[in-house]
Amino acid sequence: MGPFVSPFNNLLCMLLGISFTVWFTLLLVFIIVPAIFGLSFGIRKLYMKTLLKVFEWATLRIERGAKEKKHLLYKTNSNGIIAKEPTSLEEELKEIRRNGCNRELNGPTTTIGHTPSSSEYEMSDIFYFFRQGIESIVDDEVTKRFTAEELESWNLLTRSNYNFQHISTRLTVLWGLGVVIRYGFLLPLRLTLAVTGVSLLVFFTTLIGLLPNGRLKCFLSEKVHLICYRICVRALTAIIMYHHSENKPKNGGICVANHTSPIDVIILASDGCYAMVGQIHRGLMGIIQRSMVKACPHIWFERSEVKDRHLVAKRLSDHVKDKTKLPILIFPEGTCINNTSVMMFKKGSFEIGSTVYPVAIKYDPRFGEAFWNSSKFGMVNYLLRMMSSWAIVCSVWYLPPMSRQEGEDAVHFANRVKAAIARQGGLVDLLWDGGLKREKVKDTFKEEQQKLYSKILVGVQEDRSRS
Amino acid sequence: MRCFDVTRRSVPASLMKLYKSVILNKQIHQPPMLIEHKHTHAVNILQLFTISTAHIIRLHDRFKELDTERRGYLCPQDFGAIKGLAINPIGDRIIGAFFSPGRETVDFYTFVKILAHFRPADNIRPKESSSPEPINSRTNKLKFVFQMYDLDKDGKISRIDLLKALRGMLEMQVTEEQLDSIVDRTIQEADLDGDDAISFEEFRKSLEKVNIDHKMSIRFLR
Repeated sequence: MGPFVSPFNNLLCMLLGISFTVWFTLLLVFIIVPAIFGLSFGIRKLYMKTLLKVFEWATLRIERGAKEKKHLLYKTNSNGIIAKEPTSLEEELKEIRRNGCNRELNGPTTTIGHTPSSSEYEMSDIFYFFRQGIESIVDDEVTKRFTAEELESWNLLTRSNYNFQHISTRLTVLWGLGVVIRYGFLLPLRLTLAVTGVSLLVFFTTLIGLLPNGRLKCFLSEKVHLICYRICVRALTAIIMYHHSENKPKNGGICVANHTSPIDVIILASDGCYAMVGQIHRGLMGIIQRSMVKACPHIWFERSEVKDRHLVAKRLSDHVKDKTKLPILIFPEGTCINNTSVMMFKKGSFEIGSTVYPVAIKYDPRFGEAFWNSSKFGMVNYLLRMMSSWAIVCSVWYLPPMSRQEGEDAVHFANRVKAAIARQGGLVDLLWDGGLKREKVKDTFKEEQQKLYSKILVGVQEDRSRS
Repeated sequence: MRCFDVTRRSVPASLMKLYKSVILNKQIHQPPMLIEHKHTHAVNILQLFTISTAHIIRLHDRFKELDTERRGYLCPQDFGAIKGLAINPIGDRIIGAFFSPGRETVDFYTFVKILAHFRPADNIRPKESSSPEPINSRTNKLKFVFQMYDLDKDGKISRIDLLKALRGMLEMQVTEEQLDSIVDRTIQEADLDGDDAISFEEFRKSLEKVNIDHKMSIRFLR
């Protein structure tokens, strides 16, 4: 038995060895080398086009299958599920009263400017507030921004499957094939790349940190950062389209972008060099942060320093004043939003007074949901989900630089930038604070509604008593 | 994978199936006696509420969205977390309407029942006069609004009830005298039998010309 087993064992070992070598060579040639030089074979774009065709076929198949079996399909609606009439409080009240008014009004005491249906309190006024309240219970603008966007069609991922049940065998087979490809082939590949990218980053930045400060150090650190981020981009199979690269942020400026997930950083940093801002974490993130800062000056804050607004502002402004340092990358929303809207920008970064370079990032949700719902998934879970989706497809628009105008305050400037980003990315521009994810609404908003209503009622009373 | 197979042919059967999948779904934990209660009512729901099954599914999704701690029921804090409701001057009263006296939780059945008030009225009236009036009829809608005003549930909107309601809507923005004069005038106009309070009939009469259905209806887009 002995002599028979050992040549077999040898053969097995040889086969394993050969396959590993082939695997790594392919990896190196097709992925790592292009990452180093910033080139692309176009494999990912081809992959994306194929996937789109498959999804189209799947959608048609589902609709056809539903029609044949006379099923009612559960359709999603990202514009809201109820019809809301966007009338203001004043208009609504006037309308209610015009219809319900059955009294003669005292002619001489009403002022000329008012319509015959005078704005005095009616019991029917409450309808307006009542309906508004119930409408917000059924569907409100803010809560839905903190959960993933619903898809119009199924993208063959179980996690975005609402009700596309067994329509045809072919579809199920396709889905099964998708599972095998994603978990059996893509996930291990991506994990390998991610590990490679991160370890190279830590290793080389620590090495570069040993060099004396100077032109060589900056040059090398830029190159190393770019290469490692490019490898990470390939680790997520992120297919990114950059638009208007002539507006890329320059030294001494601040780059602001809308925030959907931690991956935003990788996407932006693989196309340009930025100084990151953030809180120092412990664990693996902390190691990465500490080694990055050895190679070039990023701005990391201790947990205790984050609360001190003046300290934060001072460090940021010191950084931008130094023209040799890289532009700062900031996400003013402060939290992850689900990429259908842009929420209130915190004014801190807009008070510093340097040029702001807005960037709009829009993900295509068909290939994988990039939004990080931090109340549902932890970071590791989220990254694994990212790596087992089809791909991350997004568009990045570099918008022309903006600066604060004469006499403009920081809040107004922030809103201007936000509007530009929302317009470019096709996102809804909301005034709500992203912090509402975790906090309650301030009472000032309620008071505004009350003020408006009382102005309508009491304003007229005063005119009445005067005349 | 959630599967909602909704066929038009046998509605009560599919509704039963829907309720089974919705209620026995592992995400919603209800005590067993409540499940029994729902099954016996499952068939009546369609007649009582006349909400289409697609809309029930949407409301169910919304219920789950609001039920952040996945307990299978909602409590006042869950409602309080809705931003649009928090800035509404009568937000607290609206929340109160969902909780029957003595209860601290709202299950999906009650949630749908309350929201069914806001369904646009049907044009086809049932022929049998013995069947219960649909929940979204004009009378029932008015009764619901009456409850918004009549907090002490004595069947009449007294001066105090009205004062409290107005204060909720106006808070600090008007003086006591202004509030008093508004209350006086309103009661004077609507009160027909001179008991210094507004009964439901008087309330109904004063709103005769208002298009209640239009003002108190919520239309689903799809």
